[in-house]
Order: sequence, then structure tokens, then C-alpha cells
Amino acid sequence: MKKILFSFILFSIFSFTTFSGDGDKIPAVILKKLDGSRVNSSTFTNNGKPMIISFWATWCKPCKKELDAIQESYSEWTKETGVKLIAVSIDDARSAGKVVTDVKSKGWDFEIYIDENSDFKRAMNVNNVPHTFLVDGKGKIVWSHNSYTEGDEEELYNNVKKLAKGEALSH
Amino acid sequence: MLKKHNKSSLCATFLMLLCFVSQVVEAQTSSDDAGSVHGYFQIDAQYYRPDTIIGAPPVPEKMLSNAFGNINYNKGKFSAGLRYEAYNNVMQGFDTRYKGQGITNRFARYQDKLVDITIGNIYEQFGSGLMFRTYYEPGLLYDNSLDGISVISNPAKGLTIKGLVGKQRNFFALGPGIVRGFDGELNINEALDSITSKIKTKVILGGSFVSKYQADANPDFKLPENVGCYGGRVNIIRGGFNFFGEYALKENDPSLANNSTVGGNTYYSYKNGEAIFVSASYATNGLSFLLQAKRIDNMSFRSDRDAALQSLLINFLPATTKQHTYLMPAYSPYATQPNGEVGGMAEIQYRFQKGSPLGGKYGMDITLNASQASLLKQINVNDSTTTSQLYRTEYGQIGNALYHDFFIEVQKKFSKKVKGTFMYSNQFNNVNIVQHNTPNGPYKNVLAHIEVVDLTFKYKSNSAIRIELQGMQRDNKDTLNLGSWAVGLIEWTPNTHIFVAAVDQYNYGNPVAALRLHYFYLSAGYNKGPHRISLSYGKQRAGIFCVGGVCRTVPASNGVALSITSSF
Repeated sequence: MKKILFSFILFSIFSFTTFSGDGDKIPAVILKKLDGSRVNSSTFTNNGKPMIISFWATWCKPCKKELDAIQESYSEWTKETGVKLIAVSIDDARSAGKVVTDVKSKGWDFEIYIDENSDFKRAMNVNNVPHTFLVDGKGKIVWSHNSYTEGDEEELYNNVKKLAKGEALSH
Repeated sequence: MLKKHNKSSLCATFLMLLCFVSQVVEAQTSSDDAGSVHGYFQIDAQYYRPDTIIGAPPVPEKMLSNAFGNINYNKGKFSAGLRYEAYNNVMQGFDTRYKGQGITNRFARYQDKLVDITIGNIYEQFGSGLMFRTYYEPGLLYDNSLDGISVISNPAKGLTIKGLVGKQRNFFALGPGIVRGFDGELNINEALDSITSKIKTKVILGGSFVSKYQADANPDFKLPENVGCYGGRVNIIRGGFNFFGEYALKENDPSLANNSTVGGNTYYSYKNGEAIFVSASYATNGLSFLLQAKRIDNMSFRSDRDAALQSLLINFLPATTKQHTYLMPAYSPYATQPNGEVGGMAEIQYRFQKGSPLGGKYGMDITLNASQASLLKQINVNDSTTTSQLYRTEYGQIGNALYHDFFIEVQKKFSKKVKGTFMYSNQFNNVNIVQHNTPNGPYKNVLAHIEVVDLTFKYKSNSAIRIELQGMQRDNKDTLNLGSWAVGLIEWTPNTHIFVAAVDQYNYGNPVAALRLHYFYLSAGYNKGPHRISLSYGKQRAGIFCVGGVCRTVPASNGVALSITSSF
């Protein structure tokens, strides 16, 4: 009985709504900037150009490797496609103090936000970090990837270039 | 049985109704803004082979699994979701009260510019969490969500007010205590922006009040039914300088966590609790300093005074020590002592720029970190028959050392294809108290020298081989402590979708020659977009796995493990 009811809800939800694969807007969650002010994630915009949203943490080595790798080519990427990278840290009170020190000592030029109690992480259905999303010029989430290995940043940039040209992405 | 069935059907019907209602509303407006569904699933399963030599406990079910899935629905200002968890049976190293399956989280939420209302399971944090923090950490199966109502409002610019009330999740049920909390935060610069727009210093103030109610059913003692916790915080930011401080005071809260048994009699402690957490940093391009300190005295705050381990905690007391991820430095981690501790951490990070003598062609990063924690000195107060506080503490009076970690870490890229990380860590751990909670136990304090070399060779644009060598030297004359270890790891990623890894942890320093074992472990995985599958086989040593200062012990095991995660 429980199973039937459960599948019925799923069916009704799916038949009336669109899959996130078709592109949804960024959910509205309050995030903190490094200067202490609060920002609503639904206001993230890049003037019609693509955006990268990357979830990381100061204790996550592959996350920092990914951001370091992107930082190396970031100025070229921005010049060529106008892309912007938004790095959201899921550090809690134990390590939140390290967010600003890590960012500054590594010289990252990205927009940094802190998701203190993982509200944005839950709303975006992220379980493990690093998890990176691509948002197209119309503000819709069109691609995501979990984990980082050497060379992932090149695949990411190929997709960014496609989005900048207005092409659709294959998953 | 019947009650549970009805509850799940009610949840399901509730969610269904909400979806239909929102669809009816949507049909009358533009169809451009259709609702959307997101979700996440994870399945972990392990097949355990008996192995008495490594001390793997027997597993009668042979195969154990943990699985969960979240589904969220978002449409404009409305969102709702649920989570289903299944433990058949729960894997080793987790609390066995996670038994069976069911819907463990469901919520509905409405947010607009003025209010943000949630009904159902709530995750929320006040300040740094010293008084109230409900959160979800699936790696530890930690979920102390509040099942109730929460209202967040921004009545004026720069002002945020939060109010919540409910009962906390306890495995597949709810805890007995009612928790209510109120929090206010004022960003002075935003509130008075006409006056402060030219001022570079930013100040944010906050204050909270959290209280719990639990009926007193104790025939011998008069236990307080309402326990309140009050506190405030301040955050000052100016340029590269950031200061955060929070203070909390808890009323008398006699519980299982802070009582003591002397000569067969249980004495409940009516002592107040106090916590201070301070963090100060200065960061500029290529250089940063961080200093964190905290003092905790009797701050175990739960919505059931008889709960133990990680159940029903209302607050979160962060560990101010470095969270290591390499195997050897993370071997003996520190866990916060809610009954009393004082400690701190200092860290410096510096980048030698490209072109400088040590920086070389690509630059070099160096991190120096020192962290330490000790018990508070408990000064005996002979009042067990009068006020029953049993002991008092004083600022500046410190008890036994619990932990220290002094480490240096260097990261350097040598060429386009080669980069490496090198670390040395010197650690001290009073394992009797930190790991076993037996102050007069048989375990000797552990002092370890730990080294890590981690090299990555990127031989093609998306292919790499990574090699790790680690060593931990410890005294092996103590037969309760396993002595020294060496670790070798090799990880191959031929493209961005596949990984293969082999690791061997060798306990060469075990005082018992027959127990100088190799724990060999092989794993491989495939990932594409948001989907990932991995398979592992081999021996895992007993260990401690921590996230944020909350730890779980994992017993030794030998077998095959499968993990699948997917999000949509």
C-alpha cells in the first residue's frame, strides 16, 4: 500500500513538472559573503553569460585542487567566455574561519560564499564535495559533476564554451 | 505498526495534495515557471568476511546496507521534500538503533521577502551553533533535525529574526523533550546604511535564547523541567581582518552526560554550563593568520537528559583542531569533550610567489599549524547534600592535557606534470579520555611522529598517477597500542571517468609479531556527471571517522563494499 502510494506521488509530480535536467532556476537560500553580509542565492546572475557554481570545503583536498586548477586559467576563461565562478564553502563553525584564510593565501579570484548549515548544499542535492554545476545564460542549471580528477577542468571549460555560444549540453 | 503506516500515508497524501494545489494555481498563471524536481540517492552495501586476526567482529547477516534518497520539489516561493532511509541492517560502525526503514524527513516551506516558514523537519543554526544547531551528516548518520515549525523574518533592513519549536529526531522516532529557540541578528552596516556607507568596519551582532522542556519522572531528585541557554555573538570585519566571538550560558541541566557515580550513589550535577568560542584572522594576498580558541564547561545540551553518544544533541561544540584527511594524520583524531575542555589553534599560511628562490617556476605554499586541547581543572566543592554542584571551575585553571597537533605542510608544483604535498605532524593524544572515555583506564598517552609524501604525475592532459607514502612512528612497548605503521597508496585515473586505487597499511611496529599485518585494499570506480559507482575489496583496519569533531568508530572488516550515488 505504502509502495503504491509512493509511486503514485512520483508519477503525479513527474507528469506535471519538468525534470531538473531540462534546466531549473537556482533555489533561494541565504548565503554569507566573506564580509559578513547576507545574499540570496536566487539573485546569482552573470548578465546572460554562463556561471559555474562549485561546492567546496577547506578540509576537502580534491575541491581545493579543482579550484587551484581553474584559478590557473581563470583570467583566460573570463576573457574568452565571460564566465564567472561562484565557490560555495560548506564549512561549519569548526572550519569556517579558515575559508577567508585559504582563499586569500591561494589568491583565488572567485566569488566566495559560505553555506554555514549546508542549506544550499541540501537545496541543490549535493551529498559529497566537490560538486560543480553549470548555469546557462538564462539562469538555468544545465549540468553537474561530482568528484575531481586531473583534467576535469578541461571538460568543464569545453562545456562553458558551448554554453557561451548558446549550444545545448549533452549530460 | 499501524501508527507508522498511517503516518507515512499521511505524509504522502499531504505532499500529493500540496503538489496538486500548486499545479491548480500554476494553471491559472503563465506556464513558463513550471515546478521542478531534484533528488539524490545513495546506496552503500558491504559483504563481510569473517577475519579474527584483524579483530573483525562476526556479522551474522553477512551483508549489511545503508541507503537513502531525497526528493525535493521547488516551485517559485514554495518547496517541499522528503527523505527515505533504509537500513537492512545498518553497516558496522553505526548505531544499531538505525534499524528498518521509513520516511525520516519531510518538510514544506514558503519563502518570500518578509517571511520564510517551514513545517516538518528543520535544519537551522544560531551563530556558530554553541546553543542550537540541527544538521544532517550522512557519513556519520548524524541527524538531529527538529520536527516542528520555524519562522524566519526580515522585518527591517539588516535584521533577521528566527523562532522555532519542536521535538528532535531520534532514529525513527522523536525525542521526549520540546525544544524552542529564538535568535536575532543585526547587521549594523546594512541597517544604518545611510550613515555607515563610508565606514569600512562592519559589525554584526546576534543573540539567542534556547530552552528545552522535559517532564521530571525521577523519584529521588527534583530535576529542572525547563532548561534555558542564553548567549550572544559579535562579528567585526575590516579589510583583511575578521573577528568572531560567541558566548553561551546554560542553566543547571543535570543529565546522564554530567552526573557522577561515587560509591554506588548517583549524584546529579546542578552546575551551570558556559561556552566561549573566539576566532580571529588576518588574510591578505599570499599570507594569512588564523587564531581560534574555545573554553567549554558542562555544555552537553540534549532534549533528553538520559540520552547518550550522539543522540538528541541540541547544540554543536566545534573541535578547534585540524581535520586531517590523510590516513596516518587522521589515525587518532580529537573529539570535543562537552563536559569541559579548553583549547585553541593557530595557523599561518604563506605562498612563496612564482620566480622567488623557494617559489620556483610555479610558486610554493606552506602551512604551519599548532593546536592543543586540555581538560578544565575541577575544583572539588563538598556540597553533594546541599546544592549538588560537586565541583567548580575557574578561568585559567587547566587540567590534564588531552591533545596536541603541530604540523607543517608544503605544497609545490615542480613542473607541468609533477606536483607534490609534503607534511610532518607531531601529535599527542590522551586516548583514555578522548577515545575511550575512561579517565582511569589502561591506555597510555600516545605520542606520534607522522610523515606524508603525496605526489601526482599528470602524464597526459586527463590522465594521472598519484602516489602516497605515509609513516607513523609510535612507541610499541605498550601492548594496547598497535605501534608504528607505514602506508603506501597508488591511484590511477586514466581519464576523468575512471579511477583505480590500491592501498596497503602495514602495522610493522606491532609489539606482537604475529599481528604485524598488511591491510591491503583495492578499489575502482566510474563516474559520469552526477552519477558515481565504486567497488572496493580488502581489509580495513579499525579506525575513527570524523566530520566536524563528531566521530564514529569503525571496526576492522574484510570484504567487498559497493557504493552508488546519483543525483538528478
